[in-house]
Amino acid sequence: MTTAEITQRAHGFADLPGLIARMTGAEKHVPAANSTLDALWVLYDRVLRVSPETADSAERDRFLLSKGHGPMSYYAVLAAKGFIPVETLDTFGAYDSPLGHHPDRLLVPGVEIGSGSLGHGLPLAVGTALGLRAQGLTGQAVWVLIGDAEFDEGSNHEAVAFAGAAGLEQLNVIVIDNSSATHGWTGGIAARFAGEGWSTATVNGRDHEELYAAYTAAHPGRPHAVIARVEPKN
Amino acid sequence: METMRDRFIDVTSRMLDEDPRLAVVLADISAAGFAGAAAAHPDRVVNVGIREQLMIGAAGGLALTGMRPIAHTFASFLIERPFEQVKLDLGHQGVSAVLVSAAGSYDWPAGGRTHMAPGDVALLDTLPGWTVHVPGHPDEAELLLRDAAAAGDDKVYVRLSAHRNELARPVAPGKFLTLRQGSRGVVLAVGPMLDAVLAATEGLDVTVLYAATVRPFDGEGLRAALGERAEVVIVEPYLAGTSAGEAHAALADRAHRVLGLGVPREEHRHYGSIEEHLRAYGLDAGSLRERISLQLW
Repeated sequence: MTTAEITQRAHGFADLPGLIARMTGAEKHVPAANSTLDALWVLYDRVLRVSPETADSAERDRFLLSKGHGPMSYYAVLAAKGFIPVETLDTFGAYDSPLGHHPDRLLVPGVEIGSGSLGHGLPLAVGTALGLRAQGLTGQAVWVLIGDAEFDEGSNHEAVAFAGAAGLEQLNVIVIDNSSATHGWTGGIAARFAGEGWSTATVNGRDHEELYAAYTAAHPGRPHAVIARVEPKN
Repeated sequence: METMRDRFIDVTSRMLDEDPRLAVVLADISAAGFAGAAAAHPDRVVNVGIREQLMIGAAGGLALTGMRPIAHTFASFLIERPFEQVKLDLGHQGVSAVLVSAAGSYDWPAGGRTHMAPGDVALLDTLPGWTVHVPGHPDEAELLLRDAAAAGDDKVYVRLSAHRNELARPVAPGKFLTLRQGSRGVVLAVGPMLDAVLAATEGLDVTVLYAATVRPFDGEGLRAALGERAEVVIVEPYLAGTSAGEAHAALADRAHRVLGLGVPREEHRHYGSIEEHLRAYGLDAGSLRERISLQLW
């Protein structure tokens, strides 16, 4: 099989470790990258209505990676789904590469936001949901992925309270919970969302069927939070 | 007397009727004034409550969907408090918004330091591409707000203040206006500082320029106004020296002097009125006349 044939064939979940292995360096980001792998794959493979062909369409679903650290899983999924050439992964972190150690929306097709500084994705997603609704685009979902330690950021709490009060049904949050928040969250993260009127589900973040069921659960009139628990970081 | 903020609420409410791309994001400040507009356009007038980080983030998200957001609160909470959001949720995402402030540097001295933002324009100077309008009258504010709303892909800051000039001037966005001509140098008055500058320079042989837009800085206008003496005094209603670097850049190829007058860095732990604070800062007409005369004679 030639390189071109490998590039063009459809990729599955089993290909992701190999794609991630093409990116080198930034070893400290590897655990962070792996924590999101299953959640991202199930979302892109089975739920999110966006493709390389519709990446600029107003009617696409939006996925905002807020937890911009350790984006290797994200890049691997984007490559597997054809948003970026697989070969691009080899350039990860290089001066002329579009793939930085934090993603940049102006450099990578299909990337909705530039992220890295924590606590920006959820407020941006709130605005995106408001913007879609104001334009009558009510069938489009807005997804944002944050980490449990990122949930520490006050800007997220501003967004959680407002989105619940405003009943932003189009908004969906995935929280990857690898118990990395310094002080933890008493009662669990879902309770914080539920307290602000969100629909919530807490699932095993490695179980694809559980993730799929949580992603596709109906939540009329309310935003939805899926807490995906994975093995602790330390 | 009508304030620029009153006019902002009025003209923005009308622009919402005219332009479906516009949206207003508020953080409780001025929400009562926008009640009518919110009733008419519930999806395009959003009050997020006292959440300024979210206000700017939401404006960025609205812009990502193609809308033209206008975000508004006091300058301290619009620029200084959520500064990283201004940097990342707008600029870094490659999207834009119109940020409209009120209260400026000294609008509510009785409120104390927490409601004073003399560093707002200097802070925006650390970011690329911001247009900054500093109108001195409600009529100028309306013109510049309409221009900002229509400036599709521009990041625009409109700085409104209760401090205003008696008369509106025929300003054009981005251009300095010549109000007086003289030979000993140029005094550039920014926004609401104009009346005091005109009084301070009465009978002096100087050119008076008026700026209602400070970024981009009309360096060409400044150069054209200078005679043989490249002497410049800039009087600004925010941090002293904020525009000095722009003036130096405009005059880089000739020997020149620039004096920047404005609000000092030191905190004034006094309450009172706008007039008392302008006097304390040396920005009343009498103090300005002394400082301008010392520089230009």
